Amino acid sequence: MKDYKTIQDIEQEIVEEFALFDSWDDKYEYIIDLGKRLPPLDEQYKLDINKVKGCQSTVWLVADYRDGKVFYKAESDAIIVKGLISMLIRVLSGHSADEIIEAKLDFIRQIGMTTHLAQTRSNGLLAMVKQMKNFALAFKLRNAAKA
Amino acid sequence: MTETTTIEKGIDVYAIREQFPILDREVKGKPLVYLDNAATSQKPKVVIDALVNYYSGYNANIHRGIHTLAEEATAAFEATRDTVQHFIQASSREEIIFTRGATEGINLVAYTWGRQNLEQGDEVIISTMEHHSNIVPWQIICEEKGALLRVIPINDDGEILLDEYEKLLSSNTKLVSVVHASNSLGTINPVRQIIDAAHNAGAIVLIDGAQSTVHLDIDVVEMDCDFFVFSGHKVYGPTGTGVLYGKKKLLETMPVFQGGGEMIKEVSFTKTIYNDLPYKYEAGTPNIADVVALKAALDFVNHIGKEHIRKHEDELLHYATISLEQIPGLTIIGRAKEKVSVVSFVIDKIHSQDIGILLDNQGIAVRTGHHCTQPLMDCFGITGTSRASFAIYNTKEEVDKLVAGLYKVIKLLS
Repeated sequence: MKDYKTIQDIEQEIVEEFALFDSWDDKYEYIIDLGKRLPPLDEQYKLDINKVKGCQSTVWLVADYRDGKVFYKAESDAIIVKGLISMLIRVLSGHSADEIIEAKLDFIRQIGMTTHLAQTRSNGLLAMVKQMKNFALAFKLRNAAKA
Repeated sequence: MTETTTIEKGIDVYAIREQFPILDREVKGKPLVYLDNAATSQKPKVVIDALVNYYSGYNANIHRGIHTLAEEATAAFEATRDTVQHFIQASSREEIIFTRGATEGINLVAYTWGRQNLEQGDEVIISTMEHHSNIVPWQIICEEKGALLRVIPINDDGEILLDEYEKLLSSNTKLVSVVHASNSLGTINPVRQIIDAAHNAGAIVLIDGAQSTVHLDIDVVEMDCDFFVFSGHKVYGPTGTGVLYGKKKLLETMPVFQGGGEMIKEVSFTKTIYNDLPYKYEAGTPNIADVVALKAALDFVNHIGKEHIRKHEDELLHYATISLEQIPGLTIIGRAKEKVSVVSFVIDKIHSQDIGILLDNQGIAVRTGHHCTQPLMDCFGITGTSRASFAIYNTKEEVDKLVAGLYKVIKLLS
């Protein structure tokens, strides 16, 4: 039995979960539910420097690096964005910087959420994916500098 | 049939809807309910046809060509100018400058009149409810010239405080630039009083008609504004069209905006003689096709009649306001006595972005966010609103769908 799930494994799990939904309503209901269940970010992290600014909603994102892996915590003031964050954290958190940098995140397209990545300024998902990858890159470079 | 009975009888909104091909489409498997008209209106078939006819029949560069296509294209382009002149009741066609939109019109005035006339210590007055397009150009030019930007406050209903405005006016005031109707609140401002007071103080006035032109009768001479701008795409016309009206005596003395073709009479390497109005401000090949089709849009509005459009939209606004107020936790932002058909609202504990996404999921298009009026949102202590804005083709059934949609959003999110 395989203990370690790759980013692609987790993406595939999410795609399979979404395949169970017949309608957009059900998909969004699920995302909203994920959003409601995302643990709140400690107030000490809700600083301007941790903000990933979308045009309409605010996302706070923090990351730390332990044992060669990147871990994320995030929150938003909008619930659907929180649900999307929850999925991104599930997919990316706990993986190596290289895996995160290379991640294609094709599940977003496969579950029909591409509109949230469009350049409509309507939300910060695209900016958030970039910021998550930037964190991974920064950890990688810092690690390389130490070595 | 007299005019009054026609108005009382109203318009056949279903017949009008048939003229808008896009209204047949579905979004997320539901019939489209388009309530984002303050951002841009949909286009009737006559406008779409005018674009197709232009490109398939007489596309040519205008004004300098001697051949038939160039003559036809020039005639169509200039015919729009005449239609615009009458649409806003300007005294002459030379006062009508084509731009890309209201934003470009304001920038043109800031960069030409502003650059020539503003000096250190001068003041420009705007209002709290301005669109960023009527804030930023003035900030840029004020900073460059050492001039000061002053802001007229508003009351809790979203109405300009005229007393406060008059206190701001002084011999330092050089220009007042205010919005005719607010895109975020719907407020119709008392522009006539604003203009008279400014003139008494020796200042000139620009009116941003981006939101008002599609709803209200515009008479720039009666209004006595010095500049008036609007966007064609909010008046059922194509995107990329706009108009700057300016009083001839101002336009004649202002410096040029952009240099290039069309705006010149003679060019040598030592000196260029600029063209006459209105071409002095229309450098380069203009947006010919869209300007040509703008005429079809204005003719469409004239054919229905703005009094009918207003009556229909006022009914929708009234119905929507009453219906939305019944929703628990919903607060309408902007409760001015005089409004265009815009209703902005917030719902307790729900982010406007969630409202926007979940309404879209039901085929309902509204706008959410700060509507490019961040200082106004700050003034109300909010980050954004959801905004429904109505056009001639919207119906009460669509308002009902919006209300039902919002109940569903609240249920999903609570």
